[in-house]
Amino acid sequence: MTGFVQTQSIDARTAPLDARRSLFRVLFGDVLSTVSTLAILFAVIALAPKLVSWGLLNGIWAGEGTQCTGAGACWAFLRAKYPFILFGIYPPGQYWRPVALIVIFIGLTLYSLPPKNWKTSTLWAWVIGTVVALALMAGGVPGLEAVPTDSWGGLPVTLILTVLSLGLGFPLAIALALGRQSELKAVKYICVAVIEGIRGLPLLSLLFIVSILLPLMLPDGLKIDKLLRALVAMTVFSAAYLAEVLRGGLQGLHNGQGEAADALSLSWWSKTRLIILPQAISNVIPPLTNTVVVMVKNTSLVLIVGLYDLLSAGRAALADPAWPAPFAETYGFIALIYFIICFSITRYTHWIERQNLFGVNR
Amino acid sequence: MVWWRDQKFRAIVFQVLAAGAFLSLILWLTGNTAANLAKRGLTVGFDFLGRAARFPISESVLSYSPTDHFWWAYTVGLGNTLFITMIVALTATVLGLMLAILRREDNPLAQGAGTTYVEFFRNTPLVVQLLFWYALVTVGLPSIDAPLNPLPGVYLTERGLYLPALSLNGLDMPVRAKFNFEGGLNLSPEFVAMYLGLSLYAAAFIGEIIRGGLEAVAKGQTEAALALGLAPKQALNLVLIPQALRIIIPPMTSQYINILKNSTLALVVGYPDISFVTATTINQTGQALEGIFILMLVFFTISIATSVAMNLYNSRVALKVR
Repeated sequence: MTGFVQTQSIDARTAPLDARRSLFRVLFGDVLSTVSTLAILFAVIALAPKLVSWGLLNGIWAGEGTQCTGAGACWAFLRAKYPFILFGIYPPGQYWRPVALIVIFIGLTLYSLPPKNWKTSTLWAWVIGTVVALALMAGGVPGLEAVPTDSWGGLPVTLILTVLSLGLGFPLAIALALGRQSELKAVKYICVAVIEGIRGLPLLSLLFIVSILLPLMLPDGLKIDKLLRALVAMTVFSAAYLAEVLRGGLQGLHNGQGEAADALSLSWWSKTRLIILPQAISNVIPPLTNTVVVMVKNTSLVLIVGLYDLLSAGRAALADPAWPAPFAETYGFIALIYFIICFSITRYTHWIERQNLFGVNR
Repeated sequence: MVWWRDQKFRAIVFQVLAAGAFLSLILWLTGNTAANLAKRGLTVGFDFLGRAARFPISESVLSYSPTDHFWWAYTVGLGNTLFITMIVALTATVLGLMLAILRREDNPLAQGAGTTYVEFFRNTPLVVQLLFWYALVTVGLPSIDAPLNPLPGVYLTERGLYLPALSLNGLDMPVRAKFNFEGGLNLSPEFVAMYLGLSLYAAAFIGEIIRGGLEAVAKGQTEAALALGLAPKQALNLVLIPQALRIIIPPMTSQYINILKNSTLALVVGYPDISFVTATTINQTGQALEGIFILMLVFFTISIATSVAMNLYNSRVALKVR
């Protein structure tokens, strides 16, 4: 048998051609590309100069309402009105209190972002922080003038509604989601009826129902103010939506988890608290944060029931006859605040999704 | 085993307790309501539906006059709600498809434009957008004496848009009369704000649903189709789209129902949909309970009917598993 041994070295091969396409090919490679490139370029060329001259060159940066003639943006309006838009009709001398609330909520949120801070102590920090922030807003103790909730307004109301409706809705949602998965038929159907009943209605009619019917449905003489009524509607709403997200988490859980817990003769309560819920919740953290975005945006609906949130305050500011109602600047400003909050949460969700949080790939 | 540790016994007790608590909560609330109504001398009943409504509805698909009955006012409001929902759903689907195509392109400019659009419209509240569009028409557009006239026959004014309409004898152009434009198609500022706002908002979500659906189909499917010698268009139509539809349809259903629910925000800009009629009726008659009951009934019926219809369709396209 003869063997074959390579004695000569093989010539080096040339490197493969550069796979990158030229910029021209990228932008004008095919018909679709060309059309969209041209359309986008056309839109930018047509709009950008107008926007620059409206917003920057002709913009009025300071002064009175009479100086805004309509040729450019009336930034002076925002400069004069931003405290009102941000804090509503809260007494102007006391602005540090809503500012403190905003700082507390933002601080707590930032602290809670990294998964390493997801501990029981963080939960307590939220409870204490919320109570302190609300007490600061309400006042009524010596040294702090009492401010009724009718005078609360602007961004604090938006934040309070978001935080409280989600915070109070979450335990409710866990109960509803567990109830829906329950083998006890009566419990299951009650939970299904509640969840589907709320989800079948627009939030607007839920706000209607609560603001008109709740005073009728409670014993005579029990008065609840507008903010609390809106909060009830938002809490029930967020509970139903969170419950559906949690149901996804519960259904995604392998049956073996519960069966193993049963085999170890854990009680239903220990099984749920130690085995089922931690896994079910951590599996649905991205959709849960999406629900947070939905709720932040939904708080803007409370203007229907006459609450002074960020948007209603902006609308009230626009009604001032001393100014020529610069709506684009005002709604732009409000939209920007919402955008910053919601976009940050969206980005955070993407980041969380990329983390392999619990080191298990299922 | 001790009898009170028995699983079956416990199950029964729990269910009786839960049902009892739920029922007594409902009884307590209805009892309070009845007591409060009696105390205020209010009567419950749907007699008011047969009375004349006596409030105007500024525009409607169905014909209406203030002498009509309340039940017809509700029907007219519902007609407007369904009308705006349908044309918004149609427009948003077309726009969403365009967005999805834009974001799937290899062109960074197109991707950037699509992403900016989606992120901006999804991360700001719809109410803010609606109010912006409404203000843009009513404050931003010129008065009827100096209308914007971008195309022949198209006039943009603070009182709405005037467009040429298709009629039996050709194009019907709007013509300037003494106080207003006559003829043609007149779109009120309220309608324009609702239509624009809802469509642009929903398009962002629909675009993402379509894109997600197309991306969820494994790449190997298209590659295999091409390897089998199918033309790119055939691969798209016969392999990619049928599989993507299966993923797209369930979220699309909830998106259409969302459009319906969001259309209740018409109240903010004053477009006379069903929530507007409900609010006006409650104001005029004080029959809050009945008004809200009708509103709830309408939404439950539509939501359930839509999901049943979509489930039927879904079961036809769904994966047949052995």
